[in-house]
Amino acid sequence: MTTHSYTLAELCIAQCAEVWRGEGEVLATGIGVIPRIAAGLARLSFNPDLLMTDGEAYLLAEPVALGPRRARDPLVEGWMPYSRTFDLLWGGRRHALVGPAQVDRFGQMNISVVGDYTKPKAAILGARGFPGNSISHANSIFVPNHSTRVFVAGEVDMVCSAGYNPQRWPEGKVPSTLRIGRMITDLGVLDFGAANHAVRLLSGHPGVTVAQVQEATGFPIVVQAETPVTPAPTDEQLALIRERLDPRNLRGTVFKGDPPGDRR
Amino acid sequence: MNKKMTAADVVAQLRDGMTIGIGGWATRRKPMALVREIMRSPLRDLTVVSYGGPDVGLLAAAGKLRKLIFGFVSLDVLPLDMHFRNARQAGAFEVMELDEGMVQLGLRAAVMRVPFLPTPVGLGTDVVVRNPGIRLVRSPYDDASTLVAMPALRLDAALLHVTEADERGNSVILSPDPFFDDLMGRAADRVYLSCEQIVATTKICNHDRARYQPFERSVVTGVVEAPFGAHPTAGVPGYGIDIDHLKEYNAATTSEAWAAYRARYVDLPTHDDYVAAVGGRLRINSIPPPVY
Repeated sequence: MTTHSYTLAELCIAQCAEVWRGEGEVLATGIGVIPRIAAGLARLSFNPDLLMTDGEAYLLAEPVALGPRRARDPLVEGWMPYSRTFDLLWGGRRHALVGPAQVDRFGQMNISVVGDYTKPKAAILGARGFPGNSISHANSIFVPNHSTRVFVAGEVDMVCSAGYNPQRWPEGKVPSTLRIGRMITDLGVLDFGAANHAVRLLSGHPGVTVAQVQEATGFPIVVQAETPVTPAPTDEQLALIRERLDPRNLRGTVFKGDPPGDRR
Repeated sequence: MNKKMTAADVVAQLRDGMTIGIGGWATRRKPMALVREIMRSPLRDLTVVSYGGPDVGLLAAAGKLRKLIFGFVSLDVLPLDMHFRNARQAGAFEVMELDEGMVQLGLRAAVMRVPFLPTPVGLGTDVVVRNPGIRLVRSPYDDASTLVAMPALRLDAALLHVTEADERGNSVILSPDPFFDDLMGRAADRVYLSCEQIVATTKICNHDRARYQPFERSVVTGVVEAPFGAHPTAGVPGYGIDIDHLKEYNAATTSEAWAAYRARYVDLPTHDDYVAAVGGRLRINSIPPPVY
């Protein structure tokens, strides 16, 4: 039930949290402001079993608010240095929500370079842990600027995160451990649930048309006869986001002008 | 054996073209005093293995890199290192771009003295396409699966920053994450530690502290006392990431700004001069630990 108005950031946080529903006792890794708040929201509302880290080397017994810590240190429930993180993630018990620079129709992602590999137009980070993450555990995607620059035609410039592209795999077999969850964007929610893992539109955010989503995507998306409208965050979710997880309103800086979630 | 030496002694033992592992992770516990000593030296054509931060950016900007073996270069809170970015975009050095976990496996293979370790990591991605030197193997067991044969990353030298060490090479890392410094140490022919403080063996170790030792002293070649030697990266416990300094570093991208940065922070007679140039002990000690 929603009685309050809400921002686009809050709508995205509520939808991002959904990637961890029903995932059980896995490590929830959210990269960036909205994914991090979303992991905390999932933990506090419908998946109390999630593991979360402080982003450095400890597991937290409870989610912490973003930004400078209060006087009290967060309650720690374990140690998670990088060596242990790799051991955990290779075992598959993790679901990450990441923000790649490019995504293609196979769910392949790029955070390394844009343009020519030897003399790139833009060098970003490097492959990071994307290759290992993608073959080991579930990954979902948050894209704050849904456009053909991010959702590219063809393949991404450097495939860091493996996807559902049979041509990339030995004997053309995509491994069963590869699982790409949802893609939450500023326009809607998508997944790879159509035939042959094609991208489909699950819902459009209030005030966004299907044509708008397709136009901003560099490959065809599968749409339903009637595309649902993304549900509003509940009052309970909004209270958790505003009072508990992000009292300093860092989420207000994610989208230019902090627009409302309902753009009708 | 007394292994105490100066940063200049360390660099004098390095050679052009060597493969050097640099410990730490991005903006945490990087052996920056040793990195700056390399910048001041005539060393060149280095191959660097690093979970990269400003160590890579500085060496790239100083033209010391022939090749970078890496999973990423980042300043964490400031996601992009502009010096790495500019040099990478100019094609200034060769790259062996890997998954972070593959870097670990390559070091581990070197430690184990095996030519490679098998892993599914890298399959389905451009990491195997962009590194034609990395080969695939088939499991000899019933699964017969195809795997990546991650080659051993043997190091000529490792440069690591630890919290405390003694003159014999015993050391402890008291920060929350030891990263892969232990593997880098064992994968290297020569291992040089910088540390916040050189202390007596009786002080460095006891039954509680022994587990913070990354490796036994026989791994270690030399020990350099360099208080605040990880600055501008974090040296917890003690000091956090100097974000203000990293911003200044990251902004020094024109040739004039870079020359000014070098003159002010790199081309200095001693490490004490560096500590003074970045604001002195009191200021560094007041930098809070990182919050993510």
